Amino acid sequence: METVLALLSGLLTAAAVWLMLSGNLLRFLFGLLLLSNAVNLAIFAAGRLTGAAPPLLGPGGALPGHEMANALPQALLLTAIVIGFGLFAFALALTIRAWRSFGHLEVDRMRLAEPDEGEK
Amino acid sequence: MSWILALPILAPFLTAALAFLLRNRRGSGWVSVLGAALSLVLAVRLLLAVLEHGVIAGQMSAWPAPFGITLVADYLSAAMVLITAIISLAVAIWAMAEIGQTSTRLGWHGLFQTLIGGVSGAFLTGDLFNLYVWFEVLLISSFGLLVIGGRRQAIDGAVKYVTLNLISTVLFLCAAGLTYGATGTLNMADLHRAVAAHPDPGLMTVIAVMFMLAFGLKAAVFPLFFWLPASYHTPHFAVSAVFAGLLTKVGVYALIRSFTLIFTHDQGYTHQILLWTACLTMLSGVLGAAAQSDFRKILSFHIVSQIGYMVLGLALMSPLALMGGVFYLLHHIIVKANLFLIAGVSRRLTGSSDLYAIGGLYRSAPLLAVLFLIPAFSLAGFPPLSGFWAKYVLVRASLDAGMGLVAFVALLTGLLTIYSMTKIWAEAFWKPHPNGSWPRLSDIPARPRWLMLAPIIVLAAMTVLIGIFPQPFISFATIGAGQLLDPAAYIETVLRGRAS
Repeated sequence: METVLALLSGLLTAAAVWLMLSGNLLRFLFGLLLLSNAVNLAIFAAGRLTGAAPPLLGPGGALPGHEMANALPQALLLTAIVIGFGLFAFALALTIRAWRSFGHLEVDRMRLAEPDEGEK
Repeated sequence: MSWILALPILAPFLTAALAFLLRNRRGSGWVSVLGAALSLVLAVRLLLAVLEHGVIAGQMSAWPAPFGITLVADYLSAAMVLITAIISLAVAIWAMAEIGQTSTRLGWHGLFQTLIGGVSGAFLTGDLFNLYVWFEVLLISSFGLLVIGGRRQAIDGAVKYVTLNLISTVLFLCAAGLTYGATGTLNMADLHRAVAAHPDPGLMTVIAVMFMLAFGLKAAVFPLFFWLPASYHTPHFAVSAVFAGLLTKVGVYALIRSFTLIFTHDQGYTHQILLWTACLTMLSGVLGAAAQSDFRKILSFHIVSQIGYMVLGLALMSPLALMGGVFYLLHHIIVKANLFLIAGVSRRLTGSSDLYAIGGLYRSAPLLAVLFLIPAFSLAGFPPLSGFWAKYVLVRASLDAGMGLVAFVALLTGLLTIYSMTKIWAEAFWKPHPNGSWPRLSDIPARPRWLMLAPIIVLAAMTVLIGIFPQPFISFATIGAGQLLDPAAYIETVLRGRAS
């Protein structure tokens, strides 16, 4: 299972890098989305995939006799997913705003803040 | 003990909520100023407690370390929180003169205080994943501050700032996840032990380099700094000032913390990279500045070159060098924020920040000229200003380590800094204004004039004061550097609850 997740994470990263290097802001964002999912999978796999029972205490707070899974990596993941969603929403809104302001999403042509010396 | 640590984080957030609720009323700016003043009092209280105890730690929700989230303050953290509060108050006052009704209604003051809360949290946390969360808090509020006002130029700058910072965020998250997978802990004090004891040091070095990239991008070191000069000159001047003073310094702080406390197992490799990075950062920043002709762009590139000095202090890892790095960090925040505030006043007087389109400020606004010279000369390292001592210590530390070339780069960077400061002086202050106007400070109505000048005067006075009486600050930085080099007290304080 770890091998499958590792390969999938690598595949997502490769696709993400390809998208992010394309020079279009929207493609960049989709690449970033794939990259953060690749990272989420990596954290998931790094937190060990076991078949152990969920970490629930018995009545009166008694420790169960069997092995329990570690829930912390999942908690980290959830936090990361929520934060990533918020950041992605902002980035998408910014992209729309950039589209309205410039009429295109080609990053190489966004030179307003740093004009070439020749264009001045 | 927990409250004294948590309050400097809570105060800005409460202020932010209040300022956001009142954003349609006139008092929103004053709420921000009062909240910043309250934060300053709390930060002073925290510093006094740290001076008394050395290191203080508190466990949130009473979960013992390393399982719960720990807040820790040592000398460096407490000083950073205090300096954050000082800059927050100065900029909150200054912003009242600049931030107009539209931006206020969009929640500018609330976002500003959220940013300060995020920065303070990042300085105080003792948990790696919690540090990630604070980074996100300050990142998302900085996004908002950058685009509020919404000029097309600001959108263009924000695109670069947002995209590159999001990559750094993903890297940081990945590194934190892998750290947990490899060591089973995210508590920084516990990690010190776990990383040193890990059976596979090569794996730890890989993770260390991931952190170095993530924090290096935030700190704007060579070759990861391109987002900074692309965006810092586009938003409101108050935003530029607080970004310039605090944001990259959070990255530097994270670098210092992780490479003195956590990843010290392979210094021959990691700190060697940091050393070369530091030298190239100093040079590329100062050379980039020499090519610019915009007041704020020159200052932005100088942030990059100054970051190099701080990283140099970390890379050398000797008591003297780390002391210099800490001292540099503290002095630089005051100087840099002040220079951006002065650029804002000069823009208001002359109508532009393009150096070729302005001039005449020396004759028409001599007070502003004097106020500019203090931080500008301090940045370049003139005695007896604060920057001189910071540079002196770092050059001395490189010579002690037998690295003449590094000392030469540091001195050369100082020399080239004078060149750019002279350029600003000659163009903005010395030559007459191209359209023949002589704008005076008294042309600005009294209220905004003093709201702008008062913080600048206070920050300039602090620069002079640190320069003339450096001894208490240097002994403070020496103890702070000692705590960084020997984190035993830090670790003991954080983990004390576990044994009992």
